[in-house]
Amino acid sequence: MKDFTQRLIEDKVGLIGFIGIFIVVLLAIFAPLIAPYEPDEMFTNHVMEGPSSQFLFGTDEFGRDIFSRIVYGAQVSLQVGLIAVSIGAIGGLIFGLISGYFQGKLDQVIMRIMDVFFAFPDILLALTIVAVLGPSLTNTMIAIGIVFMPVFTRLVRSAVMTVKENEYITNAQAIGVRPSMIIIKHIIPNIMAPFIVQITLALSGAILTEAALSFLGLGVQPPDPSWGMMLNDARAYMEFGPWTILFPAAAIVFTIFCFNLLGDSLRDLLDPKLKQ
Amino acid sequence: MYAYIIRRLLMLIPVLFGVSVVIFFTLRIIPGDVAQTILGTDATEDALAQLRKDFGLDQPVMKQYFSWMGGVLVGDFGESMRTGRDVLPDILNRFKITFELAILSAIISWIIAIPLGVIAGIKRNSKTDFTVRIISLLGVSIPNFALATVLILVLALTFSYSPPVGYVGFFEDPIKNLQILILPAIVLGTAMAGAVMRMTRSSILEILRQDFVRTIRAKGAKERLVIFNHALRNAMIPILTIIGMQIGVLLGGTVIIEQIFSLPGLGQLVLTSINQRDFTVIQGAVLFIAFVFVMINLLVDLLYSYLDPRITYK
Repeated sequence: MKDFTQRLIEDKVGLIGFIGIFIVVLLAIFAPLIAPYEPDEMFTNHVMEGPSSQFLFGTDEFGRDIFSRIVYGAQVSLQVGLIAVSIGAIGGLIFGLISGYFQGKLDQVIMRIMDVFFAFPDILLALTIVAVLGPSLTNTMIAIGIVFMPVFTRLVRSAVMTVKENEYITNAQAIGVRPSMIIIKHIIPNIMAPFIVQITLALSGAILTEAALSFLGLGVQPPDPSWGMMLNDARAYMEFGPWTILFPAAAIVFTIFCFNLLGDSLRDLLDPKLKQ
Repeated sequence: MYAYIIRRLLMLIPVLFGVSVVIFFTLRIIPGDVAQTILGTDATEDALAQLRKDFGLDQPVMKQYFSWMGGVLVGDFGESMRTGRDVLPDILNRFKITFELAILSAIISWIIAIPLGVIAGIKRNSKTDFTVRIISLLGVSIPNFALATVLILVLALTFSYSPPVGYVGFFEDPIKNLQILILPAIVLGTAMAGAVMRMTRSSILEILRQDFVRTIRAKGAKERLVIFNHALRNAMIPILTIIGMQIGVLLGGTVIIEQIFSLPGLGQLVLTSINQRDFTVIQGAVLFIAFVFVMINLLVDLLYSYLDPRITYK
């Protein structure tokens, strides 16, 4: 672990990603302290004003402070990212472990169901689920979580099947260790590397999908500030106030970019083939 | 080979059956009365009853499913609950636009991604390599709707240009058609290019390290020959895999991009029908997209053996 942290620090790309994510996390946690105004506070005398010392990123068509909305938007993005990925990852871990460890008929059934979900393009599946559940913050998280579950299931299953072939597992089975103990003590720790990489990459995917759904009006609902929604709202007025587009777009790109940087670097660090 | 194709096609049947079950029954979970949702709260009891009867909503759910599936199997996807029009012809008409957009985007992405990926792979750790890696990571990180919005903004502010509205078929007026599709295709293409570029770079790196490349070089082959005839050809398998995976992203991406550029494609149909809760159209369109998606993945798999004769399917 120490060796790993050391290498992460040495790998500048990953470090930049990590610092970027850290900044977004700080923004989200300390939003009430950092944002100068409430996200839905309207300054009717300052509608569509450009960036100034009073409004750092300018104001939108209702006279709301864009900087404050972006800071609070970080809360929404991270919340959706974390909860949605947790749903997908935990679901995928359970199904993948069952499938990969026990194999047989149960494996067949689980994997065929996952195949069905793989037949939908991601955003389309998320859209359909949100259409059924109705657009809201909670439903966005559930939809994205379900969309991500098959990827985690496949990943965990194939990792489990590789680990299972090791002699120490056969030995543990031979001396009669219960399957649940083998899974918890020996299998899970050994599949963590690809799992963590996938979590980092899924986080960026989840934040992106939330922004896309909110952009289409089917994700987070007003008055909650979402970067995707801000971008869509601003489209009608963008020629009169480019800042209404540019800052939310920059926030989305920055966050996803940092997660991808970290994910990329983690993948290289944890892949034994690329170690030399 | 033929036996393999047939077996793969047969394997698609349970998947598509599963898709139809998932989509049909998920839409039936929606709380409340479908007829009420469509006609609004002030609809008369008679009108509600008539709509339920017309669309078989008064039948048991299983019966509804089988009658829908029975229709689908003979090419009858039912009628739109909103417009009363046949669903399948509408889907096919709109799919032409989405298909053209997807093809154009894919071509743009390959033109950008493969040469840049190869260069980055050859000149590993150089400035060029670093730049290409940053560009490709940005390509993956910039959501297509953000890129589209900013692109429209920049074009409007600097050239006072706004993308043309409406759609003209390629065979009616090819130039106008390309004018309409080029911006959305660039947006979708660059997003896809990021992923393809990364894969091209890493597979070229991997291949150039192998013994057979050293042998070819030792025999005095020109570097150009080594790269194009040997390295790139062998690198095509992983590149093709990522392209296959990106097709799904592309099909999904068209939903948003068609909305932004007001293109009357399949993605826009899905979105409109979701907003209008037009269930027959949603289920038909989603089933159709899933069908196209799995067929493309099958095609990609079959292309492997063409590119790499070592891969044979039994």
